[in-house]
Amino acid sequence: MHEMGIAMEIVRIAIESIPAEIDSCRVERVNLRIGKLSAVVPDSLKFCFEVAAKDTPVEGAALAIEEIPVLAMCKACGHEWTITGPVFTCSQCDSGKIEVISGRELDIKSIEINEED
Amino acid sequence: MPYSLYRHVKHCHHDKTGRPHHHTRRGGVSVESNKSGTREIKVVRRVLDVNEKMAEANRHLFARHRVFVLNVMSSPGSGKTATLVKTLERLMPEVPSAVIVGDICTTNDADRLAVTGAPVVQINTDEFGGDCHLVANAIENAADTLDLDAIDLLIVENVGNLVCPAEFDIGEDARAVILSVTEGEDKPLKYPLMFRECDVALLNKIDLLPFLTYDKAAAIANIRQIHPDMPIFETSATAEQGLEEWVAWIKHQVKKKIG
Ligand SMILES: Nc1nc2c(ncn2[C@@H]2O[C@H](COP(=O)(O)OP(=O)(O)O)[C@@H](O)[C@H]2O)c(=O)[nH]1
Ligand SMILES: [Mg+2]
Ligand SMILES: [Zn+2]
Repeated sequence: MHEMGIAMEIVRIAIESIPAEIDSCRVERVNLRIGKLSAVVPDSLKFCFEVAAKDTPVEGAALAIEEIPVLAMCKACGHEWTITGPVFTCSQCDSGKIEVISGRELDIKSIEINEED
Repeated sequence: MPYSLYRHVKHCHHDKTGRPHHHTRRGGVSVESNKSGTREIKVVRRVLDVNEKMAEANRHLFARHRVFVLNVMSSPGSGKTATLVKTLERLMPEVPSAVIVGDICTTNDADRLAVTGAPVVQINTDEFGGDCHLVANAIENAADTLDLDAIDLLIVENVGNLVCPAEFDIGEDARAVILSVTEGEDKPLKYPLMFRECDVALLNKIDLLPFLTYDKAAAIANIRQIHPDMPIFETSATAEQGLEEWVAWIKHQVKKKIG
């Protein structure tokens, strides 16, 4: 659904990130970090990325997705743990006052380019 | 949450791996060569950074004009428009309000909402490569057509969808999710991000409970499992039940922001 909008942003940022002094290159790979709590379906994003990259220097690039686990910290007892199911109460003391430390990422880490000389 | 993350990554341009590699900085990006002939260029940016910056600008705009912004989300048909009509009837004119509605192709919702006397702006949603959510930029354009000094509350009826709107900050102060009793009790577990990101939940269409085999306690327990201390109001927009507490919650939030 919203993966197309996200894919278009990825393509835009990838193009912006090509160093200015390079005349011509191909982006071979885009490295992403996506938190498991974010509402992005990797397969659907990959499909949209292919479409959005058409006729740009990013066309044909691989989209490498590193999935980031959902880490939580309990504000009551300080316990830190990885959330694996849909339960957001402390696994130690049952408190509901928790902070989600990671798992919401939707970041471009890097691009890998090949210069065409 | 997304903002603190954003600030964090913004300043993390340095490679912390400590691996030996050719490492130069050009034009603000760090460039790294590796054996295969390809170069890795560090980017480290939020994919939605443009939307997030725009949302932050909206937040400043609304703060400057002292407007509280409530983003209302649900599946299609859960009762956003019906609830907002009844809500505005109770809020106006004590709390002068306006509505931005993201409807995919009709003006039905806008027409229903306009009956309350609140100014209504309708947004076309297919500008960002999809029509499943509103983005900050669209809110800014819509807000531009409103007299923000004349209102204390701006309600945004987002596009009917439990997935996408949760990912897109629009510069709101609070988020509400509406779940109706004709949907599955397990919806909160299937859409955890939405129920985590919202500040308040409405369980709507409770007038239908006598006719359904719906486990209301399970639905509420599932919401609590995702967001333990979120207020939950049980409402019926059409039978006008449970709306007073919800309206009081909104008034309290507006007062907290604008005094
Ligand atoms: N029985 C009942 N029907 C409702 C209630 N709230 C909304 N509806 C009906 O549900 C349908 C969809 O409502 P609408 O407000 O358009 O949902 P939206 O798509 O979320 O804006 C309409 O036919 C409404 O009349 C309610 O509390 N009880
Ligand atoms: Mg509606
Ligand atoms: Zn704890």
